[in-house]
Amino acid sequence: MSSHDVIIVGAGITGAAIARELSGFKLKTLILEKEAEAAFGVSKSNSGIIHAGTQNDPGSLKARLCVEGNRLIHDELARDLGLNFIRCGQLIVVFDLKDLPELEKIQRDGETLGVEGLQIVDRLWLNAHEPGLGPEVQAALYVPSAGIISPYRFVYALIENAVKNGVELKTSHKVTAIRRLKDGKHRFEVTASGKIFKAGFLVNAAGLFADELSAMAGAPGFRITPRKGEEYLLDKKREHLVNHIIFPLPTADSKGILIIRTSDGNPMIGPTAHDTGNKNDLATTDEGLAETLKGARRMIPSISKSDIIAYFAGLRPVCGHDFLIRHEEKVPGLVNVAGIQSPGLTAAPAIARHVRGILEENGLELIPRKDFHKQREKPVHLFQIPLSKTRELIKKEPAYGDIVCRCELVSAQEIRDAVKRGARTLDGVKFRTRAQAGRCHGGFCTTRIIKLMQEELGLGPKEITKRGPGTELISDERK
Amino acid sequence: MIKRELVIVGGGPAGMAAAIAAAESGVKDILLLERDQHLGGILNQCIHPGFGLHRFKAELTGPEYADRFIKLVRDSSGIEVSLRSFVVKLTGEKRLSYLKPGALEEIEAGAVILATGARERTREMIPIPGSRPAGIYPAGLAQKMINMEGWIPGREAVIIGSGDIGLIMARRMALEGMKVKAVIEIQKTSRGLVRNVVQCLEDFGIPLYLRHRVTGIHGAGRVEKVNVAEVDDEYRDKPGSGFEIKCDTVLISVGLIPENELLEMAGAEMDEKTNTPAAPEVNLTSIPGIFACGNACKIYDLADWVSRDSEKAGKMAAEYLKKVLSNQRRDL
Ligand SMILES: Cc1cc2nc3c(=O)[nH]c(=O)nc-3n(C[C@H](O)[C@H](O)[C@H](O)COP(=O)(O)OP(=O)(O)OC[C@H]3O[C@@H](n4cnc5c(N)ncnc54)[C@H](O)[C@@H]3O)c2cc1C
Repeated sequence: MSSHDVIIVGAGITGAAIARELSGFKLKTLILEKEAEAAFGVSKSNSGIIHAGTQNDPGSLKARLCVEGNRLIHDELARDLGLNFIRCGQLIVVFDLKDLPELEKIQRDGETLGVEGLQIVDRLWLNAHEPGLGPEVQAALYVPSAGIISPYRFVYALIENAVKNGVELKTSHKVTAIRRLKDGKHRFEVTASGKIFKAGFLVNAAGLFADELSAMAGAPGFRITPRKGEEYLLDKKREHLVNHIIFPLPTADSKGILIIRTSDGNPMIGPTAHDTGNKNDLATTDEGLAETLKGARRMIPSISKSDIIAYFAGLRPVCGHDFLIRHEEKVPGLVNVAGIQSPGLTAAPAIARHVRGILEENGLELIPRKDFHKQREKPVHLFQIPLSKTRELIKKEPAYGDIVCRCELVSAQEIRDAVKRGARTLDGVKFRTRAQAGRCHGGFCTTRIIKLMQEELGLGPKEITKRGPGTELISDERK
Repeated sequence: MIKRELVIVGGGPAGMAAAIAAAESGVKDILLLERDQHLGGILNQCIHPGFGLHRFKAELTGPEYADRFIKLVRDSSGIEVSLRSFVVKLTGEKRLSYLKPGALEEIEAGAVILATGARERTREMIPIPGSRPAGIYPAGLAQKMINMEGWIPGREAVIIGSGDIGLIMARRMALEGMKVKAVIEIQKTSRGLVRNVVQCLEDFGIPLYLRHRVTGIHGAGRVEKVNVAEVDDEYRDKPGSGFEIKCDTVLISVGLIPENELLEMAGAEMDEKTNTPAAPEVNLTSIPGIFACGNACKIYDLADWVSRDSEKAGKMAAEYLKKVLSNQRRDL
């Protein structure tokens, strides 16, 4: 049996941010994650936009936490955690000047929330600053504080820093039962992968499964409905397709099909927004592709189907219109952090502070740690640095000159670094390093990566998986 | 910055033939850069026979065919080979940067031949909808896994596209005891050589579905099934023709695309449709002194023709260098 002050269920962006926040205090914190690695849930498949805070109901929790999250990422986390956060700004475009009042409303609402620098711009401004826009676009709202980030590397950075500060992470640990105890210090007995863990507080950050987890703990009362979003990545050759992230006017259910810059260079188009009854339905569809292309080309006509090099679908964990973050009075010690749909990636650092406050109000004692290391050493990515820097690196570590992934320029040393930082699967290596994420999809480098992983982890080839048990790549070895 | 007369990027059949021909034409200082640990390129994983029938009047395997060239390269005093050397930059002025374990090198070349080969088209380029389970491999990757590493990728396979690599892999997997359930081809005829359709499919009783397409790949962990439909002349699904095939492995063999990222970086004109250099003649590019040969220049179906044309590229580079030199002399 192991005993903790706080157990967090889920190592997505929400759980990771909460863990990192709590790691600044003298606490014993444990994260339980069912997948083989962190960031394998909703947090791996999204748009990677750090929203400014516009396009949310100004009275909502979402809106407030989004603005605050954006500020925290820009002012603190990007530097402390070595995140590649790029504040490229966003344009919300209209195709008809009759819609200008709607842009003005978004501007007013944003200003009320404290979003800075909002400005309505005309076609002349757009011609100068976003020349690829289609002829139908008439005007736009310019939102300078919006930006982009690598969503999984954001999660990994938070987790690494939390672990460095004493948080324990157990992956491949699916919570299957929760029993409530009355032994004073321990209020929960959590079963995961056949093991038992006890804690005084339980934070439910289980994403799509937060409803099931809350019910397990004795607090049914909400349901998560997944809303699918298909996204299509374009070749890096189109890197300079747009200067900003481009949105149409939002509709009731979604922000519409966007042109998204990504921090790794490939532009992306999407996401669609359709409810699906199935929490495992991550399939892309012909219809989704057609809808995405149509929406994107109305704004940037030069996009063509042959630009697409990859695609995926993500599921937004929807629960009403707002985030559901609360202490459950009927189950003292349980804090639900549910319904974290967009802009959850942005809001996560603010959600974490908010949750810290809720825990404290409900009796968790928070004593700051004097030895808290708020900084994390940034991993090396050759694709992010100039050749002159690469030269210096290779002098120190020759394996940075040993290129494994030719499409994305990833060296053997970066693969080894990724495994040392926690990668256990091919997808984990891909998310951390970009190896296999380029146009050849691992056609050339997969065998080499498998061999490097075998060396680092001491595994046989049949034990290497794409993303955990059940996703093995090799079924037999030739005799 | 080090000066070299001729730099050849890529040590497959194209780069080797170009290097040998250039040396024979009098170029004394040739640097052959190969990113892999050995010369031979893709031939190393092609352990089936069928190479060299035209060139050597003998039926060789890929590695045997490569070995004949490797020997000539090694015996030529003018050719220096640098392995595990990955070119990251090429300019229109023929300046190259390459990485190798322990070093970043920079070179100014008199002439450059790009023999960087091709990559496989992927599922994403078609694009086939569905989920993204484990068990989907470009056919060339599956070939490398089985032939170079001895790793069997699965038990029951469907092959999408009837390109030669896919056909050869159908036979290879069948020989390894895998069940190859179907080859699905959207065109009316196979894309591969007739001899491969006969020897790799018919002889093994593997069904080839022409005018069919895979409409979806499904599976949570590993691949579980693919959906297939028959198409009409406009490649639209025929209503009611859909069926599914259960399998744990999908190979994608829908053609090759020349790898010309370096040429693009150097600012050469490209044919966007085929990703090949836009030039009036094979082996030329729009930049004088930069040549392209082998699959980087156009997709070949036989290595024998790659060797033949790449030798011409080696000669062209030699002539170019001579001309530049004599112009320089005249200017003095
Ligand atoms: C298509 C799309 C686009 C989006 N774009 C953006 C954007 O641009 N900007 C933005 O700010 N937000 C965006 N979002 C929203 C954002 O992705 C989510 O809000 C965020 O990732 C949610 O993170 P999470 O940690 O709450 O959930 P998750 O990342 O799903 O984490 C929950 C974790 O809990 C684990 N878990 C579940 N059950 C158990 C159990 N029983 N035991 C153990 N572990 C368990 C899961 O495996 C998972 O890892 C987008 C979402 C989608 C779908």
